[in-house]
Amino acid sequence: MDAIPYTVEPRQDTGLYNAKLGVWLFLASEVMLFGALFSTYILLRIGAAQWPLGSSILNVPIGAVNTVILITSSVTMVMSWVALKDKSFGRFKLCLGLTILLALAFLAIKGFEYNAKFEHHYFPKTSTFLAIYFTLTGLHALHIVGGVIVNSYFWGPGCKMWQSDPEHFINRIEVAGLYWHFVDLVWIFLFPVLYLL
Amino acid sequence: MSNDPHNSHRLNFWQKYIFSTDHKVIGIQYGITALCFLFFGFCLMMLMRWQLAYPGEPIPFIGKFLGENRAPGGIMLPEFYNELGAMHGTIMVFLGVVPLLVGAFGNYIVPLQIGAPDMTFPRLNMASYWAFLAGGITMLVSFFVPGGAANSGWTSYPPLADIATTGQTLWILGMVFLITSSLLGAVNFITTIFQLRAPGLTFMRLPVFVWAQLVTAFLLLLAFPPLEAAGILQLLDRVAGTSFFLPSGLMVSGEPLEVSGGGSVLLWQHLFWFLAHPEVYVLILPAMGIVSEILANNIRKPLWGYKSMVYSVIFLGFMSFIVWAHHMYLTGMGTAINAFFQATTMIISIPSVVILTCLFISLWGGSIRFNTPMLFAVAFLPMFGIGGLTGLPLGLSAPDIHLHDTYYVIGHFHYVVAPGTIFGIFAGIYFWFPKITGRKMNEFLGHLHFWPSLLFMNCIFMPMFVQGLAGMSRRLYDGGAQYAHLQGTLNLHKMISMSAWGLALFQLPFIINLIWSMCKRNIVTSDNPWKSTTLEWQTPTPPGHGNFPVEPVVYRGPYEYSVPGAAEDFTPQNKPGG
Ligand code: HEM
Ligand SMILES: [Cu+2]
Repeated sequence: MDAIPYTVEPRQDTGLYNAKLGVWLFLASEVMLFGALFSTYILLRIGAAQWPLGSSILNVPIGAVNTVILITSSVTMVMSWVALKDKSFGRFKLCLGLTILLALAFLAIKGFEYNAKFEHHYFPKTSTFLAIYFTLTGLHALHIVGGVIVNSYFWGPGCKMWQSDPEHFINRIEVAGLYWHFVDLVWIFLFPVLYLL
Repeated sequence: MSNDPHNSHRLNFWQKYIFSTDHKVIGIQYGITALCFLFFGFCLMMLMRWQLAYPGEPIPFIGKFLGENRAPGGIMLPEFYNELGAMHGTIMVFLGVVPLLVGAFGNYIVPLQIGAPDMTFPRLNMASYWAFLAGGITMLVSFFVPGGAANSGWTSYPPLADIATTGQTLWILGMVFLITSSLLGAVNFITTIFQLRAPGLTFMRLPVFVWAQLVTAFLLLLAFPPLEAAGILQLLDRVAGTSFFLPSGLMVSGEPLEVSGGGSVLLWQHLFWFLAHPEVYVLILPAMGIVSEILANNIRKPLWGYKSMVYSVIFLGFMSFIVWAHHMYLTGMGTAINAFFQATTMIISIPSVVILTCLFISLWGGSIRFNTPMLFAVAFLPMFGIGGLTGLPLGLSAPDIHLHDTYYVIGHFHYVVAPGTIFGIFAGIYFWFPKITGRKMNEFLGHLHFWPSLLFMNCIFMPMFVQGLAGMSRRLYDGGAQYAHLQGTLNLHKMISMSAWGLALFQLPFIINLIWSMCKRNIVTSDNPWKSTTLEWQTPTPPGHGNFPVEPVVYRGPYEYSVPGAAEDFTPQNKPGG
């Protein structure tokens, strides 16, 4: 007895392969991480003497553009997985490449936004609103960076697995996709909470 | 497959013993490292006990080695006392007990008990160990930065922790490593238990130990992230000048603090206890699991109420997420919130009582074998009982107003963790040592370890209830010598300290036993020397790579001892037939 079972094919009674269960569990813990920070936001806001309207400090159109970019990247992520299912490696490369580019665009815009804030002398230490804004968006940006690294690996050196073990590779893209959708979802909460409310 | 870490059997020394992906090697690495940390944390406490028993007197022998900025002339400074207290708590909980229970026993035993070749993600498993070690080293290094290690208690309450010396920053970084480590471990344990159970091993056939580890893993998975969030916020408060935990108008040494303010100190307490209450169940559940295994094996009959134990463990896991604010009654949350948390706290004590009752009733009418593991396991029951029962008054806000932050609380949780969990750990070491090394530990030295330990543990922690009821606060540098109302209970300090040093002395038989038994002596002739039913004993000794020569198939529940009509008084889980 040597090899670990269910790395590729799902186990009958759970209906999952190992990595898929693993990533769902990981995402559950991520929910708790961001959940704690959202609770922090609520607690600080309830306790604050006054709380600025997000749109009076933050740039809503830029935030909205970024929202669209991330949602589009989630769509291209799914399309790359579907492409693999259709055995169309070229289309996979295109879609995953687009996902990575969109993520980089998001980061560039975010960087621009941060920079504009710093120029107005808005720093994390300026107020609790800005503190929680920078913390939440910064942590989210780190998650985007993580996603870019993982996706770039599968786009570049990691994609050799498509030749040796295609089923396993499709699973990996599925798992990376689950993570990516989660990161996207976090932003979909962040945007209205920070920018609009 | 090229990336299967199991493909090569020709491994060099480094691959085999240092950067191993084998759950058994990782378990042993965790075990040895965590035992060292446990010992180190114990030494910190012994220094504190000197200061409490003989406040202001130079520490004999070692005092002069501590350095002028910690103990000038061998006399401990208050700042150093605070460092010792904070780091004792942190090290014992996060670097000693949890890594032993989960990292060592969980890693080594769980895959064997479920009939798996390894954990599902062996490389993550290795990463988890190295993250743990990095966290541990960060904590140790923090003793040597200016201002010394963290000194705001293991709970790191702001605003004190926000403005404390550099050691606190390292404490947060260390905790981030440890949280990462436990996250990797938790994901691994849950997937392993769900995905790699041997054919026929249904959930209701899992040993109680595996159940305990499963629920523990869920607690680690879901409760640690809020502490990570809190750690990030505290880090930002300390290095980026934010005010998450700093209220407006805060004065430090008569000067207003130059921050924006607007934060909340209670926010930290909520986030911290949201982790730290589930954490106490992380400290106890695996120990209950170990004790259940050893008890079943030595009473030679099935555990009484297996199903109610399993449901209780699950229920404990759920409830432990909604009791956290019973640590915060004194913060003035209001009667409505207090009422809620009192109710949940009373409810959560029910499953603990159910488990304990099942284990006690299991003893009834058994032909008990009193070997060393069994002694520790049996002693666990009343000790945990005392710890749990003394928790009830703490769970009600009226008595807690008097008892909060006194030695009574210290007594309460140490009864659960020291003669409770740590006895469970000792029991587990004596019990599984023959499987891990192929040798049995010496019984005489085992008894010489057990009886004095039991005695001294009680001499240490029982008087603390008395001191606490008399109103002695915890974390006092001189043990309360300046308070008139404590004069009557001050003399207990000396007795407690003597007992603590006595306890240390009688750990020597254990250390000698461990090393001596490893070298020679008492080679076991059977793969199953305790005649046990569970799968970890149905392997070669020590189990080789991949654990089982052929995949085991499970036909029965975990504790089929003394089945009427069976050939022997134990029927292994993988034995075919009715
Ligand atoms: C069985 C029922 C239990 C109840 C009702 C209970 C209740 C409580 C309460 C209300 C407190 C807060 C006291 C205060 O600060 O004023 C407390 C403290 C504590 N309990 Fe328990 N507890 C129970 C079991 C456990 C177990 C099983 C463990 C650990 C293995 C544990 C470990 C702790 C620790 C470490 C603290 C102190 C934390 C600190 O302030 O540093 N308790 N307990
Ligand atoms: Cu608690």
